[in-house]
Amino acid sequence: MSIIVGSDTKLVVSGLTGREGSFHGLRNREYGTDLVAGVTPGKGGQDVDGVPVFDEIAEAVSERGANTSMIFVPAKFAAAAIEEAIDAGIGTVIAITEGIPVLDMMRVYWRAKDAGVRLVGPNCPGVLSPGKANVGIIPAQFFDQGAIGVVSKSGTLTYQIGNELKQAGLGNSTIVGIGGDPIVGSDFIDVLTMFEDDPDTELIVMVGEIGGDAEERAAEFIADSVSKPVVAYIAGFTAPPGKQMGHAGAIISGSSGTAEAKKDALEAKDVRVGTSPTEAAQIAVETLRR
Amino acid sequence: MDLLEYQGKQLFARHGLPVPEGRHATTVDDAVAAAAEIGYPCVVKAQVRIGGRGKAGGIKVAKDEAEARTHCEAILGMDIRGFTVNDLWIEEASEIDAEYYASIILDRSAKKLLAIVSRMGGMDIEEVAESDPDALVRRHIQPGEEMTLELAREIAVDAGIDDDVTDQVAEVLVKLAKIAVAEDATLLEINPLIVTTDRKVVVLDSKATIDGNSLFRHPEVAELSDASAEDPQEAMAKEKGLTYVKLGGNIGILGNGAGLCMSTLDVVAQAGGEPANFLDAGGGSKAEAIIDSLEVITSDPKVTAVLFNIFGGITRCDEVAKGIVEASREMDLEIPLVVRLDGTNQEEGLAILAESGLDNLHQEKTMLGAAKKVVELA
Repeated sequence: MSIIVGSDTKLVVSGLTGREGSFHGLRNREYGTDLVAGVTPGKGGQDVDGVPVFDEIAEAVSERGANTSMIFVPAKFAAAAIEEAIDAGIGTVIAITEGIPVLDMMRVYWRAKDAGVRLVGPNCPGVLSPGKANVGIIPAQFFDQGAIGVVSKSGTLTYQIGNELKQAGLGNSTIVGIGGDPIVGSDFIDVLTMFEDDPDTELIVMVGEIGGDAEERAAEFIADSVSKPVVAYIAGFTAPPGKQMGHAGAIISGSSGTAEAKKDALEAKDVRVGTSPTEAAQIAVETLRR
Repeated sequence: MDLLEYQGKQLFARHGLPVPEGRHATTVDDAVAAAAEIGYPCVVKAQVRIGGRGKAGGIKVAKDEAEARTHCEAILGMDIRGFTVNDLWIEEASEIDAEYYASIILDRSAKKLLAIVSRMGGMDIEEVAESDPDALVRRHIQPGEEMTLELAREIAVDAGIDDDVTDQVAEVLVKLAKIAVAEDATLLEINPLIVTTDRKVVVLDSKATIDGNSLFRHPEVAELSDASAEDPQEAMAKEKGLTYVKLGGNIGILGNGAGLCMSTLDVVAQAGGEPANFLDAGGGSKAEAIIDSLEVITSDPKVTAVLFNIFGGITRCDEVAKGIVEASREMDLEIPLVVRLDGTNQEEGLAILAESGLDNLHQEKTMLGAAKKVVELA
């Protein structure tokens, strides 16, 4: 069945007329995603390779039945674009944009929650359900369709792990990039919940990194509410405290948010944590084959 | 982005918070002149982005010009826990009756702003939280809720703030919450928030962090970023638009993607190596970015080998390979470069490396293999 994106996805891309938006939007369509519209204020009436462009998301909803929004607009405007999607009745919003001010995201998070909208990201590569739909920048060629759900804060690290799984003959139900910012629309617990309820997912791989306590909270949640096996990988054992490592959320503050703490919390709940991406993939392969 | 104490205080003052009179100075003569303006006694305060200034001798009271000069000479240029003091803040001395604590912090786990107030100010708040948790009153600001005077008063009363200054402390809290939102601050901490002997509440210290992602809408704050305090490689990288963090070892690292790069550091450390840096070359890296990256990494004299860990999704391995070969030639590099290429156009990329004829280039197909190799060669 897969989660978040699939054959029912009707995608509208905010920023489809931009360079990145069009490149990835059209790539998603090529993969098989139903790309129904683009939105760029002031460019309504144009089209991008036959995909109609509107001034507002609401028009994409009423005229084209859009139900999923991909946000590919600059950081300055992205929070407003997410809110526009929520107001327009979109059910799933996937925000690729990096650099959105964190207090904007705090506000947007609660709006989405109140409205019952599934928000993923920002600063994420998107969501891919192999064989069904791709919304975002994940290169689909490294993933086969299969039974392993992947939820990750990282982009290329996820491709690395996905590729190793593929080489071992295993595939994925859905790959969810939750993003590397301090406040994201869906965190590990949200996605684990969905994977637990998804009949196509048999095992879950969780890829975390330093910063915050999302992995620690996920460990508690797994012990209480996840019956399927979970394998984890955590990046950032070598990161020094107080320094932001690329992702806005990847920073060890004082003594909290360290990779050790996350590994310990997960292992305490019987989640095996690989010491390298390769090992994590191997553990997943072994576990599934048992 | 962390603000210096005086920058935070100026921000607070702009929003109507009570701060003592003060002057900023970067030379001893200017500082002494400032002290004369402020009047004696005054306090000479080191301005650095780290705590523990008092313990390190970076905060001294001066009762006359001679003392002011002595203190300024001692403190300017001093090293406080790895930070050099380039700025002084000369402040009027306050007569202190009580020291409280007040802060507004972004609680990323709860996804809400958190207000903390305590009557135990002037000490390490994390220690207070551990030894005397009841002394801290913590209250999240709910989504859609405002920090009203009423709510702020409740918090102050709960914290056991003296009756006669509860209203003043409440007003500080209300303003602090407003500033956090208006200025995109993820941390605003006043420790201590003092009560003077004439029972006025005054901000005696300020610690402020502004969200780096918000600087586009706070140009005055963006200007405050201190280039001179930065490490030369980090400054160079910033100029070239690269995400670089110096780590101090001898194995230079370049990866595409922050998570993959952090993972590479870990794997190299596990193989017994010491990474010199984190450098995220980003998605879609073209030859230009690779050349810039190599320039920054190799300008660090400690670096004796470099590892490139590339998993190309949108990024193409052949583009990266071209960049590495070009850079190595242009810069006449002799140190070993271990290159792991995987993903899009892997075979083309590896071919370019093989045909380059550069004997300091070593190719590896796997991440673990590459880590072992670079540790061997470094």
